[in-house]
Amino acid sequence: MSKSAIFTGLVIFIIIALFPFWINFGKTAPVPEPELVGKAKTAKKCVLDKMDMRANHMSLLDEWRDSVVRDANRIYTNTDGKEFAMSLSTGENSCLGCHEDKSKFCDKCHNYASVDPYCWECHTEPKEIK
Amino acid sequence: MNQKYLVPLAVVFLLFLVAYTGVEGAGLQGFFGIFVPYAAVVAFFGGFFYRVTKWARSAVPFRIPTTCGQQKSLPWIKQNCIDNPNTGTGVFLRMVLEIFLFRSLFRNTKAAFNRSEKNELTYSWEIFLWVGALAFHYAFLTVIIRHLRFFIEPVPGWIKFLEYLDGIAQVGLPGLFLSGVVLLAAVLFLLARRIYDNKVSHISLAADYFPLFLIIGITISGISMRYFTKVDIMGIKELTMGLVTFNPVIPEGISGLFYGHVFLVSILFAYFPMSKLMHMAGIFLSPTRNMANNNRAVRHINPWNYDVKVHTYEEYEDDFREKMIEAGLPVDKKE
Ligand code: HEC
Ligand code: HEC
Ligand code: HEC
Repeated sequence: MSKSAIFTGLVIFIIIALFPFWINFGKTAPVPEPELVGKAKTAKKCVLDKMDMRANHMSLLDEWRDSVVRDANRIYTNTDGKEFAMSLSTGENSCLGCHEDKSKFCDKCHNYASVDPYCWECHTEPKEIK
Repeated sequence: MNQKYLVPLAVVFLLFLVAYTGVEGAGLQGFFGIFVPYAAVVAFFGGFFYRVTKWARSAVPFRIPTTCGQQKSLPWIKQNCIDNPNTGTGVFLRMVLEIFLFRSLFRNTKAAFNRSEKNELTYSWEIFLWVGALAFHYAFLTVIIRHLRFFIEPVPGWIKFLEYLDGIAQVGLPGLFLSGVVLLAAVLFLLARRIYDNKVSHISLAADYFPLFLIIGITISGISMRYFTKVDIMGIKELTMGLVTFNPVIPEGISGLFYGHVFLVSILFAYFPMSKLMHMAGIFLSPTRNMANNNRAVRHINPWNYDVKVHTYEEYEDDFREKMIEAGLPVDKKE
């Protein structure tokens, strides 16, 4: 192969591979702060500790879903002995029952981390129904 | 037991532990989260550039194609245009198939003695290296592209689409990414092949095992972070975005597992240009694949031929014409 072809290829590769650096050039990407609105504002604590929720809420939801759908068990007791009616979006103690505004809470993080839970294909946000 | 794989295995363990304990014990987040990744990027691009330009400088005096088909010949003999191309288009197609589909591996055969009484040598088609290599490379590519979600804000749609496709099985929460499973399975297969296939194990060195163990370590730590031990993804994206926007920050509360993962990745990148992994660039320069086989149609002049000073017969005759005529020798020009 000719030297100029090799060199062109090399430069193209380097430019493409460095793409995260130049596409963000001069930008800053502040981490979004999920807002506690509605009942979550007055509630002191989430289902689990804050850091645990942050990293583990999807596994908790998985656990809840299996428990409700497979074992027909709708009551979850957390480490403090507080009871929750396990639900994504129905009732006072559901995730969205307490975190009332999905777009100001869940979505803020999810857009940043590029996750798009498929739950909302079937489950609805209580706000949407009203 | 074989030190050729035990040593690299131990080294990968140690590297992971160095970063893990360095962060959890000694609080060296800044070193492992900022300095090492930047150094690895510099080493990767610098080394890559150096290796390729060094290769580009070497002479290619003539064409040395290895061919797997009939070359261009008489008009009534059918040429194999891709396996033995005589045109640029044919070469391009051959390279595309090689780079994207690993055709050379597809042709892999195995020689073994027949179990029958005659005990003759037989060759059989051996497809698993090709399958394993394809699965490995494409899964790895998917995983790398998916990781761009940590380095771009806002995340472009095509990356989200890839994530959607990768998570299409919708198993568990967080949703299972198929590429991670395929990657781990394929790299374990490639390792097993090196260890258990005697012929391959015989020619395998530490430099063959080290990248495999490194990739296994990276895969296991990554899978563990996503599905099992869990880490604070928001904090991690803050760190990675800090790196690519040149405003490095170390958020609180990121587990040592993440720093171990990043350290192994940094080692992989820094080690890349000095290792066999450079076949990523080298495949484009394979002299047996990237040139048209036209040795019999086109004259290729050796580029390092220098001008040889020659003394032609005409000049010789000019020098000695009179003496030759005197001695009665025949000359071309009488004057
Ligand atoms: C009783 C009300 C309540 C319910 C029900 C509830 N949360 Fe929370 N959640 C809170 C509060 C209050 C916080 C803030 C805790 C803190 O700051 O210590 C919080 C924090 C969180 C956080 C961490 C936010 C951050 O800034 O790091 C996540 C993630 C979360 N909740 C998700 C969920 C999910 C998913 C569910 C359903 C399984 C749920 N929450 C159910 C009240 C609730
Ligand atoms: C194909 C439709 C569908 C999808 C998609 C879906 N669910 Fe459900 N989910 C259901 C149905 C149906 C139930 C049963 C409702 C009941 O019995 O109250 C349910 C129940 C649940 C429950 C317990 C009951 C309740 O009121 O919430 C949880 C928790 C849950 N799903 C979580 C999830 C999560 C998290 C996701 C996304 C990752 C998800 N689901 C996606 C259909 C779906
Ligand atoms: C502090 C930020 C944060 C908040 C607030 C938050 N999430 Fe998440 N969530 C994440 C991150 C990060 C992931 C992705 C984890 C990964 O990629 O491994 C995630 C993943 C998920 C998933 C799994 C998606 C998948 O396909 O794997 C579900 C379901 C989910 N979140 C539900 C919720 C719900 C419901 C809420 C609101 C009540 C919520 N989350 C609020 C950060 C957050």
